[in-house]
Amino acid sequence: MSIKPAAIAGQVVLYGAFAAFIGFFATNPRYQHIPPDHSLVKLSLAHFGDRECRKRTPEELQKLPPNMRAPLECPRERSALSIEMDIDGKSVYKGIIQPTGLSKDGISTVYRRFELPAGEHQLAVRMSDNVREPGFKYVKEDKVTLKPAQVLVIDFNPDKGGLFFQ
Amino acid sequence: MSPHAALRDGSRAVFKHVENSLDASFGPADNPLRHLGAMGLYFLWILSATGLYLYIVIDTSIEGVYSSIGHLSNEQWYFGGILRSLHRYATDAFIIVTFLHILREWAYDRYSGFRLFSWMTGIPLVWLLYMSAIGGYWIVWDRLAQFSALATAELFDWLAIATEPAARNFLVPEAVSDRFFTFLVYIHIGFPLFLILGAWAHVNRISGVDHMPAKRLAWGSFLALLVLALALPAHSDAQADLMQVPLDTRIDWLALFVNPLMYETSAGTVWALVFGFTLLLIALPLLPRGRPAPVAKVDAPNCNGCRRCYMDCPYAAVTMAPHPDKPKHQIAVVDADNCAACGICVGACPSSTPFRSGEELVTGIDMPQQPINALRRELEQRLAALTGRTRIVVFGCASGAAVDRLAGPDTAALTLICSGMLPPSFVEYALRGGADGVLVTGCREGGCPFRFGDQWTAARLARSREPHLRVQVPASRLREFRADPTDAAALAAALAEFRTDLETATGDDNRLVPYHRRTVHHVH
Ligand code: HEM
Ligand code: SF4
Ligand code: SF4
Repeated sequence: MSIKPAAIAGQVVLYGAFAAFIGFFATNPRYQHIPPDHSLVKLSLAHFGDRECRKRTPEELQKLPPNMRAPLECPRERSALSIEMDIDGKSVYKGIIQPTGLSKDGISTVYRRFELPAGEHQLAVRMSDNVREPGFKYVKEDKVTLKPAQVLVIDFNPDKGGLFFQ
Repeated sequence: MSPHAALRDGSRAVFKHVENSLDASFGPADNPLRHLGAMGLYFLWILSATGLYLYIVIDTSIEGVYSSIGHLSNEQWYFGGILRSLHRYATDAFIIVTFLHILREWAYDRYSGFRLFSWMTGIPLVWLLYMSAIGGYWIVWDRLAQFSALATAELFDWLAIATEPAARNFLVPEAVSDRFFTFLVYIHIGFPLFLILGAWAHVNRISGVDHMPAKRLAWGSFLALLVLALALPAHSDAQADLMQVPLDTRIDWLALFVNPLMYETSAGTVWALVFGFTLLLIALPLLPRGRPAPVAKVDAPNCNGCRRCYMDCPYAAVTMAPHPDKPKHQIAVVDADNCAACGICVGACPSSTPFRSGEELVTGIDMPQQPINALRRELEQRLAALTGRTRIVVFGCASGAAVDRLAGPDTAALTLICSGMLPPSFVEYALRGGADGVLVTGCREGGCPFRFGDQWTAARLARSREPHLRVQVPASRLREFRADPTDAAALAAALAEFRTDLETATGDDNRLVPYHRRTVHHVH
């Protein structure tokens, strides 16, 4: 069956429209994730909270079978993390992060993003991994200069001295 | 009518209108809207073929992946670059035809009863399609990949399934490893494999699957993608740098829209939309609806096991089993869950011929809501009542243009469930029972709601499919005209033209020998 020129023209137009639609939406419109003169600060930590261990008394130890006489009795449950963060003196985050896992023995994690205008900022982060103790065991405070589009990560690593900026 | 039914029927009217107007350029066989499922599979094959090449040539280490893909686009643009672009654009094309396919099946009310299986098995395919497409974009490991990977990780973190946020995997460059890329490549092969398996399951319950677009449609859409690949070759963004926010990203909105949507709204909103859409698709078939039509029924004494109904059933609802009464013969068995109640099997059965002498016509496989015996009786009564110079019998179908309005003193009109239900012998029976001509009408080509009714009828009348119209029937006394409900005027015109042709061109010499059943005049 041969097809009429008008039908061929119709087909070309419709195939063209299909291709043009795909071609356009495959890259357009462009997406501005954050405003161009902004930067991103990410607070992202994963840390095991403390365990409330108790020294066993000598009598208690005596009662245990010899192979189980550990001097400390540690519950499975871990403490939550307490975290606070200020940007330029203003509190932007305050949270108690519960441990994961059914028996609350897992890691505690937090992941938060903050969009900031590029430039100088005073960042302060405080963390405690034992909510029973008053105050914050880990503190990191610094003035940072953020370039446009820069990502600054706030993480925690005991081997790197606790809280750090990257 | 419920608001949903009104919306659905309105959408169907729009679909029909656009489809019919596309017929003018493409013709029904090459009309993309009539073959959306097949188009989807076709794009899936293009993706598999181009993907295989990409898999062979790219380096899946974190250092190598970006440059090896860039190499394809820059140094090998004439081959690898084109394949890469085709891979990208076929994904978008696949997404478009899939959504149109869903929309069309819904608009045509094709999602419940015997179609429930196709509908439900289609739903996971959308998920697999998106997971494959999004994962594919990450492999490039450019700024776009970085943006999408992080956004998707944050999206999943909102669900809080994993103990550690997935987004931490993309925190700093050191967190992303070679193993991650190898894993990604396997994901991007795994999901598509499941997609292919899933597509196989999806069409498992229908027979004669429209699995490949006709040649012209296949070439047309391939050329469209090829021209696009040459005009706008796919290019990577700058290499990923996790310490930099990707600004001003060139986004594939068809594949990756969830990523920006999350930042513009919230992860909760995106999940509400995604799960909401999925649940909506699952819930649609569960909406209350009228009682389903009775399914086809086999009559053992009148079934000789010829397998014609088995071959013609569009939904694989007929299977063959050993005949209970006739040794060495088979019998047709209908699976009620699969049966569409279309009557196509009745048109296929050799026992449906009206020339049989019994007072009661009982065929091998019949529709309780419109038994073949009632059809013969109705035809006989209408024939007996016809007057006028040129008497015409019109056989129409419930889904095509309505034929009752054509009825008059010289025109008898009978409506079948589907034109595929018409045994060709009924045409001869009408002509030998006093009609001067027979007009057979049904849905436009490719428009049969039961997939094959129009095709099988045309083939049977053209004597290229069993049961065929006997050769004695003169071509000039039979007219076929395809007409959708919106084509009523065209159908009326076709009838008038047929009448004129019969009166002017057709002489009396090709009249068939009259045949009247002895009982015919005693019908009340
Ligand atoms: C993503 C990839 C998909 C592909 C490649 C695909 C492909 C196909 C094909 C080839 C057919 C057979 C057409 C025919 O022979 O008449 C079909 C039928 C069908 N599809 Fe899909 N499909 C996909 C997704 C979906 C989805 C998501 C849904 C709905 C939620 C769906 C609903 C249906 C229905 C209801 C039918 C049956 C039509 C009938 O019985 O008349 N499909 N599909
Ligand atoms: S009525 Fe249609 S779907 Fe049911 S068995 Fe007959 S041909 Fe198959
Ligand atoms: S077409 Fe009729 S005779 Fe043949 S197998 Fe089917 S029911 Fe039996």
